[in-house]
Amino acid sequence: MSETPDDLKYSKSHEWLRGNADGTVTLGITDHAQAQLGDLVFVEVPEAGRELEAKDACAVVESVKAASDVYTPIAGTVVEGNESLGDTPEAVNNDAYGEGWLLRLKPADASALDSLMTASEYQAFVESE
Amino acid sequence: MGAKLVDFAGWDMPIHYGSQIEEHHAVRSEAGMFDVSHMTVVDLIGGQTRAFLRHLLANDVDKLQQRGKALYSCMLNADGGVIDDLIVYFLDETWFRLVVNSATRDKDLAWIEQQAQAFAVEVIEQPGLAMIAVQGPAARDKVLPLLEARARDAAAALKLFHGLEIEDWLVARTGYTGEDGFEIILPESEAEAFWQALAASGVRPCGLGARDTLRLEAGMNLYGTDMDETVSPLACGLAWTVSWEPAERDFIGRAALEREREAGVAWRFVGLLLEDKGVLRNHQRVLVEGAGEGEITSGSFSPTLGRSIALARIPAISAVDHCHVEVRGKLLKARLVKPPFVRHGKVQIELD
Repeated sequence: MSETPDDLKYSKSHEWLRGNADGTVTLGITDHAQAQLGDLVFVEVPEAGRELEAKDACAVVESVKAASDVYTPIAGTVVEGNESLGDTPEAVNNDAYGEGWLLRLKPADASALDSLMTASEYQAFVESE
Repeated sequence: MGAKLVDFAGWDMPIHYGSQIEEHHAVRSEAGMFDVSHMTVVDLIGGQTRAFLRHLLANDVDKLQQRGKALYSCMLNADGGVIDDLIVYFLDETWFRLVVNSATRDKDLAWIEQQAQAFAVEVIEQPGLAMIAVQGPAARDKVLPLLEARARDAAAALKLFHGLEIEDWLVARTGYTGEDGFEIILPESEAEAFWQALAASGVRPCGLGARDTLRLEAGMNLYGTDMDETVSPLACGLAWTVSWEPAERDFIGRAALEREREAGVAWRFVGLLLEDKGVLRNHQRVLVEGAGEGEITSGSFSPTLGRSIALARIPAISAVDHCHVEVRGKLLKARLVKPPFVRHGKVQIELD
């Protein structure tokens, strides 16, 4: 069974989001998503300053087999992408909620996270899929 | 065994048993095994089998004079298109065995049966047989102790592309990975015990995912992506499997291939090494300056090289050493290289 930390929010397209103390939000893909994708070999993250609308593709994760878009469920401006994944894409497999984070953004609406799923709601969603 | 299963030509097949990349490395450095029982085994029996196969296949089974010897060949339609690629084993003057792809099983059997009508040949599919490929530098050492004692020396002495019957088993020194090893065809009822014995001796179970990256690194074609009925062997890097001599051998597709050869083959089949970051994938557009466009037929990430590689069809007039590939809306630079990329654990191309 994959991990779903309680302090995070989740989207139906299998991203996790963490509200940081400085008002920014960190985004990555869930443990369940990385397990489905298999060994990742290439990750493309956005550049700082990019404006994102909700549901925009914001990063690309490629496994040996296929490329998948990562979507942001909330609008905002990219503060930084995790450039270190260029050399260590496997960090997303090994530590999806830590070293494997994809990007940090400044949300357009500070309360946008509230509408996303909690850990238990996401678990139920994964089981229903 | 923790397998992640996918549907492949109607079979539930493991794509990997945990990590596709670790499975890939296990085969390059030690030993891995693949359950390839989905492959279709067809026996051809009868006095005219050799004559029939000399008509059916683009490669010439007259190269097979020693019992057990195997040959790789394309089976063509009258237009020179590839119906399937296969391995044929010469087991006896009245018994040859074909191993064909599972995705093409129905059309292969229909075609072979139709063509066999003019010959005294019986076409017998063998659905009760399983097939396990054990591949890697340690593969043969892992398999030999598990074979019957009296067959061990003969199996150890098998030359490349030779097989040996051990009662109802066929043990052949063939494979689809670029490594040494065996492919073993055996009764389905004995396959699980043999698989478990191999696992117990340290052979790592590997899925279809690793099988695909291994064969791609080895520069081996995959039917359905690198070639199909619209492509001739001359246009997909398989000209070496077409046996032109003797000129009077009338194999199916010969006239079309001769016309194509005379007119000049329109395509060149090449290997690509991606120099930019990213991953090459099947069907991406290849842009060749001054020559036009081609297409990636098989693209993936190469675990051995840590880079992305591909097989591609480009215009024959391409006189370049680099090209560009359209990857998710961007043009990335790739270098033309001559496959194989990796063989026997060693990188075969210049990386930088």
